[in-house]
Amino acid sequence: MTLSSEALEGWQALEYAPRRERGLVRDALRRVWGNRGAKAGLAIVLFFIIVGYVIAPLFFPYNPRTDRDLSGRLGPPTREHPFGTDELGRDVLTRIAHGTRISFTVGLFAVVFASTVGTVLGLTSGYLGGSLETVVMRSMDVVLAFPALLLAIAIVAMRGPGLNNTMFALGITYIPIYARLARSSVMGIKELDYITAATAVGVPSPRILVRHVLPNALSPLIVQFTLMIATAIIETAALGFLGLGAQPPSPEWGAMLSNGYKFLTVGAWWALLFPGLAIIFVVTGFNLVGDGLRDALDPRLRRVGG
Amino acid sequence: MTSYIIRRLLSLIPTLFGVSIIVFLFLRMIPGDPALALGGEHATEATVERIREEFGLNKPLPQQYITYMGKVLRGDLGRSILSKRPIADEIRARFPATLELSVCALIVALVVGLPAGIISATKRNSPIDNIAMVGSLLGISMPIFWLGLMLNWFFAVQLGWLPSVTRLDASIDLQRITNLIIVDSILTGNAEALLNGIKHLILPSIALSTISMAIIARMTRSAMLEVLEQDYIRTARAKGLIERVVTVRHALKNALLPVITVLGLQVGVLLSGAVLTETIFAWPGIGRWLYLSILSRDYPIVQGMALFITALFLVVNLLVDVSYALVDPRIRYE
Repeated sequence: MTLSSEALEGWQALEYAPRRERGLVRDALRRVWGNRGAKAGLAIVLFFIIVGYVIAPLFFPYNPRTDRDLSGRLGPPTREHPFGTDELGRDVLTRIAHGTRISFTVGLFAVVFASTVGTVLGLTSGYLGGSLETVVMRSMDVVLAFPALLLAIAIVAMRGPGLNNTMFALGITYIPIYARLARSSVMGIKELDYITAATAVGVPSPRILVRHVLPNALSPLIVQFTLMIATAIIETAALGFLGLGAQPPSPEWGAMLSNGYKFLTVGAWWALLFPGLAIIFVVTGFNLVGDGLRDALDPRLRRVGG
Repeated sequence: MTSYIIRRLLSLIPTLFGVSIIVFLFLRMIPGDPALALGGEHATEATVERIREEFGLNKPLPQQYITYMGKVLRGDLGRSILSKRPIADEIRARFPATLELSVCALIVALVVGLPAGIISATKRNSPIDNIAMVGSLLGISMPIFWLGLMLNWFFAVQLGWLPSVTRLDASIDLQRITNLIIVDSILTGNAEALLNGIKHLILPSIALSTISMAIIARMTRSAMLEVLEQDYIRTARAKGLIERVVTVRHALKNALLPVITVLGLQVGVLLSGAVLTETIFAWPGIGRWLYLSILSRDYPIVQGMALFITALFLVVNLLVDVSYALVDPRIRYE
């Protein structure tokens, strides 16, 4: 059986046609766009970004230190104050809108810190193996054995309450999760032929790690990044609620909740309900994006942790 | 199997030693001298020195550690710096409260989460599936302290249906044996205490259960979906088994392994949650106590509790591994 020269040419053209390079980011975005939940999540996150970073500072400027109106304290929701006012007469909606920036900043910085340190630790220890791997991974296990929130509380207690230390503490508690995830990705990749080939032609280890291992290990790390921001926002609020995070009069959502709680007995439910709903919406948004990304990037990966 | 369990228990010892060293050093790194804090603002140098002497804080670190571990091995976790009470006694008094709350929360989480996951998987993309999945998404996205506050306000303060704080009404007299209220009231045949204790447990258990419930539901669903694709499920259906038997006997049993893994991970989730839940419901457990001890820099308590929690975590891990073998006959430990 022989192939006609025409068919052969067609086949070769098919095989060697330059494929359009989309790049990792564009490819991921395109697939996420096909996911209904992820789209909804992205819309929620974008909504809060616009409200917190554009609308609130431009149209509702606010100074947490001076903005108070004691004559209108603990007022129920009205047309003027849709979410009511708190015990100092401050508009709850304005405070929630400005609090968005705090939650996003803390969440983002904590996770950037954790993912950078964790990925470097996981990648290098997984790739190099040996006693370095044993020491790094065993110490990660020890950190993981301790409940995350309690560890964060201990670190904040050690360094003093405040937002910077909240970021740092949450970041530290998330490092082991990244280290383990990065290591498990590397374990599979480093046995592949193209890594052996790169080693054989003498590419130095750091370059192999950055150019060949990291891009192929990235999917689960990106998914975890998004889901982790969700967790970080909740835990920032938890530390704020316990009085360890943002200090008054900062409009941090958790601090608003712990403050609002004191006035629940006099019936001011709005000071508690609305900041809580804000947290739920934002966190749901990030979780939806994370779930969508996971389905798009790596269907095999299942979410195990909280 | 027995030899496997014994081997695993023995392997806990070096791990616990490692943790004890790490915790010991970590606590010594914290800035601030506990002796100064203890003596108060106006303490003279002599007083501070006497406090250092009393707690052995003036000795070199390795010696402090050896003295400490020697006592720990004899069951003595030291005394609280502030209350001066033995820590082992405090843990014995408080841990049952947290245990009772966590177990109830886990039961709530399983009773709701497991069926929700199974139904979602068998009726994929149905309205029930959508509701369950949106519910579990909210479950992992909701701050449990917020839910606790709202539940407390609505059911305890507004409606007055359930008590809002503590484990038992002060007016109720219950003889404490295990310090688990439900167990003690059954042992002593005290129906009034049993009813009251359960009423006190309802709200905190629900608040504490949400995260675990959501995680269990999601995990059960995805594990079930994977199993339901398998050939032996098609075979089971082909030979005419009714759907319920296929779901429960053939699918669920094989989907349980990842669910058990996730159950084991709930120790950390529940303990973290206990700090918040116990704060809201004035629950006299270890979560709130440890949180306050960390804030007041009561070293010995933090140190003792860190060891206790790690030991707990390791034992639960062991139980999880053992239960794999019970659920899945393919897994054998030699």
